[in-house]
Amino acid sequence: MVDLAPPYVATAAAAAESPRSLRAGIIGFCRRQPLGTVGLVLVIVMAVAGLSAEWIAPYSPTSNNFAAMTEAPSWAHLMGTDQFGRDLFSRIIFGARTALIVGFSCAIVGGLAGLVLGVASAYFGGRLDLFLQRVFDVVMAFPLIIMALAVVAVFGSGVYNVIVAITIPLIPRCARVVRSSALAIREVPYIDAARACGFGHTRIILRHMVPNVLAPFLIMLTAFVGQAILAEASLSYLGLGVQEPTAAWGLMLQGGAEEYASTAPWIAVFPGAAIALTVFGFSLFGDALRDVLDPRLRDR
Amino acid sequence: MHRYIVNRVLLLIPTLVGAAAVVFVLMRLIPGDICVLRLGSGGMSVNPRAIALCHAELGLDRPLIVQFLDFVWGFFRLDFGISMWSGKPVAEEIAARLPISLEIAVLATVIAILIAIPLGTISALKQNSWIDHVVRTVAIAGIATPSFWLGIVSLLAVLSISHAVFGAPWMPPIDYVPFWQDPLHNLSVAILPALTVGYRYSAVTMRMTRSAMLEVLREDYIRTARAKGLVERLIVNRHALKNALLPVVTLIGIEFAFLIGGLVVTEQVFNINGVGRLLVLAIQNQDYTLTQALVMLTVTIFVLANLVVDLLYAWLDPRIRFA
Amino acid sequence: MIRKSGLVAAGLGAVFCVATVAAPAAAETPKRGGILTYMIPADAPPSFDGHRETTFATVHAAAPFYSVLIRVHPNNPSSTTDFVCDLCTEMPTPTDDGKTYTFKIRQGVKFHDGTPLTAYDVAASWRKIISPPEGVSSARQSYYAIVDKLETPDQATVVFRLKFATGAFLPALADPFTWIYEKAILDKDPHWYEKNIMGSGPFKLAGYEIGQSIKGVRNPDYYHPGQPYLDGFTGIFAPKQAVRVDAIRADRAAGEFRGLPPSARDQLQQELGDKVVMQSSDWNCGNVITPNHKKKPFDDVRVRRALTLAIDQWHGAPALAKIANVKTVGGIVFPGSPLAATKEELQTLAGYWPDIEKSRAEARRLLKEAGLEGLAFELLNRNIDQPYKFVATWLIDEWSKVGLRVTQRVVPTGPWYESMRSGNFDVVVEASCNSVVNPLLDVQKYLPHTVFTENYGNYEDQQLIDLYQKMLRETDGAKQRALMRDFEKRVLDTEAHEMVMTYWNRIIPLRSYVKGWKIGPSHYLNQDLANVWLDK
Repeated sequence: MVDLAPPYVATAAAAAESPRSLRAGIIGFCRRQPLGTVGLVLVIVMAVAGLSAEWIAPYSPTSNNFAAMTEAPSWAHLMGTDQFGRDLFSRIIFGARTALIVGFSCAIVGGLAGLVLGVASAYFGGRLDLFLQRVFDVVMAFPLIIMALAVVAVFGSGVYNVIVAITIPLIPRCARVVRSSALAIREVPYIDAARACGFGHTRIILRHMVPNVLAPFLIMLTAFVGQAILAEASLSYLGLGVQEPTAAWGLMLQGGAEEYASTAPWIAVFPGAAIALTVFGFSLFGDALRDVLDPRLRDR
Repeated sequence: MHRYIVNRVLLLIPTLVGAAAVVFVLMRLIPGDICVLRLGSGGMSVNPRAIALCHAELGLDRPLIVQFLDFVWGFFRLDFGISMWSGKPVAEEIAARLPISLEIAVLATVIAILIAIPLGTISALKQNSWIDHVVRTVAIAGIATPSFWLGIVSLLAVLSISHAVFGAPWMPPIDYVPFWQDPLHNLSVAILPALTVGYRYSAVTMRMTRSAMLEVLREDYIRTARAKGLVERLIVNRHALKNALLPVVTLIGIEFAFLIGGLVVTEQVFNINGVGRLLVLAIQNQDYTLTQALVMLTVTIFVLANLVVDLLYAWLDPRIRFA
Repeated sequence: MIRKSGLVAAGLGAVFCVATVAAPAAAETPKRGGILTYMIPADAPPSFDGHRETTFATVHAAAPFYSVLIRVHPNNPSSTTDFVCDLCTEMPTPTDDGKTYTFKIRQGVKFHDGTPLTAYDVAASWRKIISPPEGVSSARQSYYAIVDKLETPDQATVVFRLKFATGAFLPALADPFTWIYEKAILDKDPHWYEKNIMGSGPFKLAGYEIGQSIKGVRNPDYYHPGQPYLDGFTGIFAPKQAVRVDAIRADRAAGEFRGLPPSARDQLQQELGDKVVMQSSDWNCGNVITPNHKKKPFDDVRVRRALTLAIDQWHGAPALAKIANVKTVGGIVFPGSPLAATKEELQTLAGYWPDIEKSRAEARRLLKEAGLEGLAFELLNRNIDQPYKFVATWLIDEWSKVGLRVTQRVVPTGPWYESMRSGNFDVVVEASCNSVVNPLLDVQKYLPHTVFTENYGNYEDQQLIDLYQKMLRETDGAKQRALMRDFEKRVLDTEAHEMVMTYWNRIIPLRSYVKGWKIGPSHYLNQDLANVWLDK
């Protein structure tokens, strides 16, 4: 693996060159990465739904209507109602907002923290690296449920504390991947040459290491959004996530979904499908992103 | 090489002690008292004298530092103490539940490997063809679907289909019987959870196999082999696969360790009397000794798996060995 | 054939079950044989010692192995006054102005290891419950504070001498956790029964797998003739409701004995039709809403009254009953008991007025007078769906109708207890669950913390305590009932110390081949399975 001139930087730079080439770039992307396009579309749909929830949703997501409990999907209620008579379609839309808030917050915070720690660990090496590796080991080995329960029990439940609970295990995962990419860069001669020239640490890290780990980092981010949404669903399933009556997909799967799985399957099916589709979209897009950004994986 | 091994093994100790400290502190941060839980369950009135007695019995009235040292020292002596909830030795509680969890984990791994590696390889060989797209879609669906939702849906499906086809709904047995006593009964308990967990596992492995193969197939020596005129199948089996398998094996090792976490939710869905369910129970009951033991078990498996994988890596890749 | 009747819905929709009063089992001849497999909706019980534990898991797992002194009538467990002998020969009439109860113990009863059971064993077990030795804990010790002395004049007689006469004693004696242990074993090691089982009940222990199942086989020397009809039983631990329902569907188990919510009942009836029989009964459990009197503004009685006046119990109950396991509106006394308020009496209390608009107008007026319109507070709740979360979701909606803005803080059981005990809450959703219906003891819950330590409302009320003491000692039925109404009015209306929500509703599914078991008002009662038989 000798040829390690910063290829990703070149690609990104080329893409930013001119508007015409950017549009051409997007169309090219759509043609060459049909799956990635599907993923991107799904993500955009979810994002739009979440952002404009108040305008699109036909009903309020939290008001009970005991006259219309567990109704099957109909024109009045596109996805049916749950056991409190709340419109499922509206709850799914507002749930998109919660999911994206949780997903993006966890991904960005976790990713950035992981990026910083991973690069620092790789660049400085030595005892800092050793120490951070051990800390990562401990945090990664911890079952998510304990971390989440502790955070929730001490600080209370609610969206922000769930975000904290999910972000913590994500940081070492990101740091690990970033570190191994950065390690590869570190061994390359031009880093030593840069040090010999007297360039400061910060400059070397920012100009040489970070751009090269950017590609796997971005891919990780898209994966993290998906993982965070799934983690929130699991935590809510175990009763530790966002609380009633907030609309959140994971919470909808827990509250009565299993109870009504046979008699009112739409209560469980739609939130599960929403989660699966969103994570699916992010993953497809992330995959396509990797194929595009990593020239080694481009089509022959 | 020897120094590398010794170094890595020695580094286990601070990791384990660190994990022990974290779990100790975390558990005690959670407000709640196992004695109140135990004696107040169901909403009946709680006798304060009974609670005080319970505290004394469980050693909860000792200073925290004494409790911590007791815990760590016990761990290194392999004495995990007594479960605060049931009064039985922790080792007994865990040993009763470990076989089924291990069985599911192993079954899931086998399923994952059998499905993922061939499919991932084909997907890489035929990049961007329709086979590739199908495999990638199936793989990503596996990662995107919440595993407990899959479990619920699959159980329902089995019940409904058996009802429709045979007239009477069939469900896997809910009690565990060891494999040698009744293999069919045992497998029918384990197969649905293993499939549910294994689907995600195989999806992750499939993707890693695909991307590893793609990287390897672009290497110069593959191009050389093709130029030499070698049969494609030989190229794949003898050269590409072996090199691609390295990161895949790493991933399998790490994911196996993560399986324990995944089992927590799956065992809830299928009512499996395994260590995952035990962990949830222990946390809910604020059973410090049991939770600490289980977490240490998970952490130990995880770091050992990492160690084995790192050593394997070092052995297989001479560049790392001689670094 | 005795059947509980039920209507099967054509599609999805409400299914109504009618709980008919059980006719005596003598109409059908029980068949001997068969193993009953049932589910226990819990993970393993913490220990097998009934004296020490309070969880139903202990009862469902181990009650079949033990005998008790007296109990609710196994064929009529829904009666709150019908107590019969298990180990005694006949129910005694209290002598000495109602202060002394003399029990004659059956002859010829043997423990499963062959040791004969005498009054000394009964007395030793009861001494462990009433005044346990150092280091031994008895969870219900406070119930028996009225017992002054326990005597055994001979090997077949046990005498209880009370400090004063009260109607609360006999129901307390029938408590389902008061298993009779062997004196010889207790003398050697009072903790032995925590991990081991040795009783004189209808079944002998055949095996226990941790966290998995408990098995029993028939005791051939059981003293009730002809019983038990079953060859044995298997209790499988299954905390997840969906699994239990599926297991009943697929006939992997014949039923469970705690209670399922209406949705499970609907599902099972739709799928199994007449292959499953539903029994339902009011449950001696309910949710109680307790405001923290030490936190402003809940020290103001106007605010507390506003809270209760806002709630529409009469319309909320039927709606909730479709999705949650609640049903009957009641006051502080279990609705089936003679001491309970009638509907007319209830409707005079705040929170139960038949005209909800008037009630809510009054609530708004009170809030305005206290200057707290639009008050916002936090409701502390336990992280369990049925019925805690359902009740809370409904309550928040009800309170919003008088302008109150309420958010929920849902926590797991451990932190829930902790927050209550440390007074770290505004208003909390509590639960009150009792076994035998014993109104005089059950309403102790509403007494201030100084008398009843598990009252988390943080209030003082000497008048209430005086009323209670008078009521406890009153022997005239009518006068006692009048005192109970006064007590209830003070708790729910005048001072609005606590609010009683709809009583829970117990729905028990059993496959139609299970006969003989009758439902009672508590999941702790009637679990020794001696009168159960299988029609297969």
